[in-house]
Amino acid sequence: MQSSTTARRIVAISAAVVAGALALSGCAGGSAGGGTSGAGKSFSMAFVPKQLNNPYTDVELSGGKKNASKVDAKVTVVGPNTASASSQVSYINTLTQKKTNVIAIAANDPNAVCSSLNQAKSGGAKIITFDSDTAKTCRSLFINQVVSKDVALVELKQLGEQIDYTGDFAILSATANATNQNTWIKFMKEEIASNPKYSKMKLVTTVYGNDDDTTSFQVAQGLLQSYPNLKGIISPTTVGIAATARYLSTSDYKGKVVLVGLGLPNQMREYVKNGTVKEFALWDPAKIGQAAVYAGRALVDGKITGKTGDSFDAGSLGTLKVGADNTVIVGPPTEFTADNIDDFDF
Amino acid sequence: MAETLDTRVRGRGLRAGLGRDAVTVYALVAVVVIASLTVPYFAGTATVNFLLIDAIPVLAIAMPMALIIVTGEIDLSVASIAGLSAATTGVLVAKTDLPLPAILLIVIVIGLACGAVNGVLVTVIGLPSLAVTIGTLALVRGLALVVIGDEAVAEFPLDVTTFVTSTIGGTGIPTMMIFAAILVAVFGVILHFTPFGRGLYALGSSLEAARFVGIRTGRSKFWLYLASGAVSAAVGVFWVLRYSSAQSDSVQGLELTVVAAVLLGGVSIFGGSGGIVGVVAGVLLIRTVNYSLQLAGLSDTVLTIVTGSLLVLSVIAPSFAARARAARDLRRARRGRALI
Amino acid sequence: MRPEPSGLHRAAARIFLSREFSVLVAFVLLVAVTQLVNPRFLVGQGIRDLLLNATIFVVMAVGEAIVILTRNVDLSVGSILGLSAFGTGSIFAAFPGVSIPLVFLIGIAFGGILGAINGLLVTIARVPALVITLGTLYIYRGINNAWAGSTQYFAGDNPAGFSDLAVAAVGSIPLISLGALAVVVLGGIYLAMFRSGRDLYAIGSDPDAAELYGIPVTRRVIGAFVASGALAGLAGVLYASRFNSVGADTGTGFELQIVAAVVVGGVAIFGGSGTVAGAAIGAVLLTTMTGALAALNVSKFWQQAVVGALIILAIVIDRVLALRTARRLRVAGSTVGGPEPAPAGTEAPRG
Repeated sequence: MQSSTTARRIVAISAAVVAGALALSGCAGGSAGGGTSGAGKSFSMAFVPKQLNNPYTDVELSGGKKNASKVDAKVTVVGPNTASASSQVSYINTLTQKKTNVIAIAANDPNAVCSSLNQAKSGGAKIITFDSDTAKTCRSLFINQVVSKDVALVELKQLGEQIDYTGDFAILSATANATNQNTWIKFMKEEIASNPKYSKMKLVTTVYGNDDDTTSFQVAQGLLQSYPNLKGIISPTTVGIAATARYLSTSDYKGKVVLVGLGLPNQMREYVKNGTVKEFALWDPAKIGQAAVYAGRALVDGKITGKTGDSFDAGSLGTLKVGADNTVIVGPPTEFTADNIDDFDF
Repeated sequence: MAETLDTRVRGRGLRAGLGRDAVTVYALVAVVVIASLTVPYFAGTATVNFLLIDAIPVLAIAMPMALIIVTGEIDLSVASIAGLSAATTGVLVAKTDLPLPAILLIVIVIGLACGAVNGVLVTVIGLPSLAVTIGTLALVRGLALVVIGDEAVAEFPLDVTTFVTSTIGGTGIPTMMIFAAILVAVFGVILHFTPFGRGLYALGSSLEAARFVGIRTGRSKFWLYLASGAVSAAVGVFWVLRYSSAQSDSVQGLELTVVAAVLLGGVSIFGGSGGIVGVVAGVLLIRTVNYSLQLAGLSDTVLTIVTGSLLVLSVIAPSFAARARAARDLRRARRGRALI
Repeated sequence: MRPEPSGLHRAAARIFLSREFSVLVAFVLLVAVTQLVNPRFLVGQGIRDLLLNATIFVVMAVGEAIVILTRNVDLSVGSILGLSAFGTGSIFAAFPGVSIPLVFLIGIAFGGILGAINGLLVTIARVPALVITLGTLYIYRGINNAWAGSTQYFAGDNPAGFSDLAVAAVGSIPLISLGALAVVVLGGIYLAMFRSGRDLYAIGSDPDAAELYGIPVTRRVIGAFVASGALAGLAGVLYASRFNSVGADTGTGFELQIVAAVVVGGVAIFGGSGTVAGAAIGAVLLTTMTGALAALNVSKFWQQAVVGALIILAIVIDRVLALRTARRLRVAGSTVGGPEPAPAGTEAPRG
């Protein structure tokens, strides 16, 4: 008797929890467009970023959402709060089940998401990667910000100019497994080894802030303590460069240690103006989101398959071409300095 | 505590335990029914597959964890042990030619060793398990970092990874679920149908009493920590093969999910009560709620709040129910006396 | 009946044998060795970084120690810090001219309220704090995620005076570290001198006996959680000032580090013994450990393992010391013919 009263209460509570949560979402359940959609018809597209609640991701996805109506896509964004691969897998599975037409993902682990992406593909979905690629077999095409090697070259040039191409430097990266950062670092190492211009520059270590603000901050701090002769730091991640800039600006190293890398202008404005940072680089992240939805349209319509040599219309970005390794390059990196930073708002 | 007598009586056997377990089972059934009716695409074999395959790690580790919590202890190092096992598996696959069964064996031995360290510290030296396993949580995760560093291993034999993610015919039930079911059966029998299992309830209810009736308190707990280490290590291998990826942070943070599921399943954190049926229902309940909310397109944010609320409700509701019952019995007793 | 420890000799012996002292020695050794190997460790910026790193953890460790003394635990401190830190950023964004002391008060009050919710749930529902605060860890973090979304507040969003606060220093000792020291001293005085502070030890040693003895257990336990929440709230404001960047996941995962610091600092995980000074030194030791290992060029992969080993070492030492004290008490007890006191630490440890 008693336990059945309790049971009823618990059933009521769990019902309320589920119902309440559904109400919170405004019953988002029906948002996916099922079935196959032919040319010109509306299609469903889901973005799975590395993690939600990240300002860079936000700018990126805004480009996708803004252009969704132009290609008649119903865009949703799902993903984990922290950059974890297993949680991304769970979300991909739900997208497979909802028969989402296009899945665009920035992979936290190039391999862990693969088998579930393949499952989605056999269910009829088109797979696009952006930002951080998966293994090549798991996606139709990869929307890359810029030519990977260009990022490496710009970083080295910016650092070299400021330290007279001489001295020790370190790299403060995101996570140890981040595909995009690791590619840039690889190109940097190759360039240093092969280009005589950089022969007097020495990479002493690569450390990881895990794209976590506090960790990056403390790692930067430890770096300067462990390597007293450090002339410069390259941080090819928006979280890392912002945290390092903050540490430098409140420490004795301000103005003595050069910091370059990839950063969001809004995040870096303060440090460029107070002299902690002279220059850094990035592309416009919103263009990646925009390119992704147009690529989604072209894939769904069957106009492209993602093979090298394909090309598609990307609205205000003009016509984009699929290059080697089924990769689409969106644009050249922009270099930001005190002179031009106020022209950008992202 | 008003609960103690109550729970001790219930702990006597599976049938009595069902009363308490039934609550979680009902809640699970209710959630499944509601989700099928309100969440599009929920009803179907794909759900069975996706939902169960991600439930396996939690389900497996929840088995030894339930027994440990029944004795009034806890093991927070499970996810780290699984992480060390995942890292070791990755390194052995990448750097050696050892066959997979040999690797599995090595890794389980490592898991047993980790469990033995916990067991010795808790039972021989008599340290509080909460503090010990927070320490080994950090230590063992650190060892995982030492083993694999910042590398990631992704090349695993395709036939093995395919097998691990395969399903039984068209049912959608993952093949690996068979192993999980065997594990559940083994732990269920141990807890409910052996003197050893009944001894665990006695241990959790009163250490002194258990010692008095001749239960070897230390030895029982030691075995449980060994089991926990071995099962966690096996889960680490499963994790690596299921995601085709081994790195230092594999399986991070799973310990809190496991503890939450066990408590939701009706095992008292004070020890001395709970049953395997309830724990299985608890694991599936958390997983189903999570998956149906994800399928409904809700963000992790809502999941976090729902998981926390479920956990708090699962302990508050029985506590209030027990007190309401006690108050009513008291009123009845008074009324009865007045009549006489 | 215990013989009165009398005389200078005894007092000195007590200090040198205390747990706080052993942690202090470990800390001094660590710093000395690091300094020898890497002379840059303790130079100007080095000292400042070391102290600033420890400040936030010290404040939180004091609050956590007070809760653990009552045989409870508060796992939600990291989430409370996150909410308070994000709240601070939001206040500055909404009211740019707001006075800085007022922001501190709001942060402390906000944390106190969240702590009170924990305390009420634990005492009214009579449910273990471990489970309740594990639940509120998730819930508070979820609220923070929902509230913050992808909004982050940076240095530019705060008034310069607020950001300067974390940099301001007396000599090479940062101002906010002196504030943390004040928190430790006040906490220590409260626990040692005030009746209600002593009650917390009684509750932690034996809650049932404390109840029988007439101590308002419920009120005291709620008070302990309010203190822990308020200090986590204070830590949140300090975090915003120090790191100048707050968002949805600020403070994630701090809880285990804080509990570890308190345990390393000699506060018994099952209540009843320990001091906030010990907890504070524990926090300083753990935060310095990370910096020192980096300065010593110990592989970053070994750092976490070393910290884990240290936690285990600390509780083993505690146990050994407790057993020795118990044996000594037993011997002393039998010579004067008094009743044999129960050996410390033999109650069934309950998760």
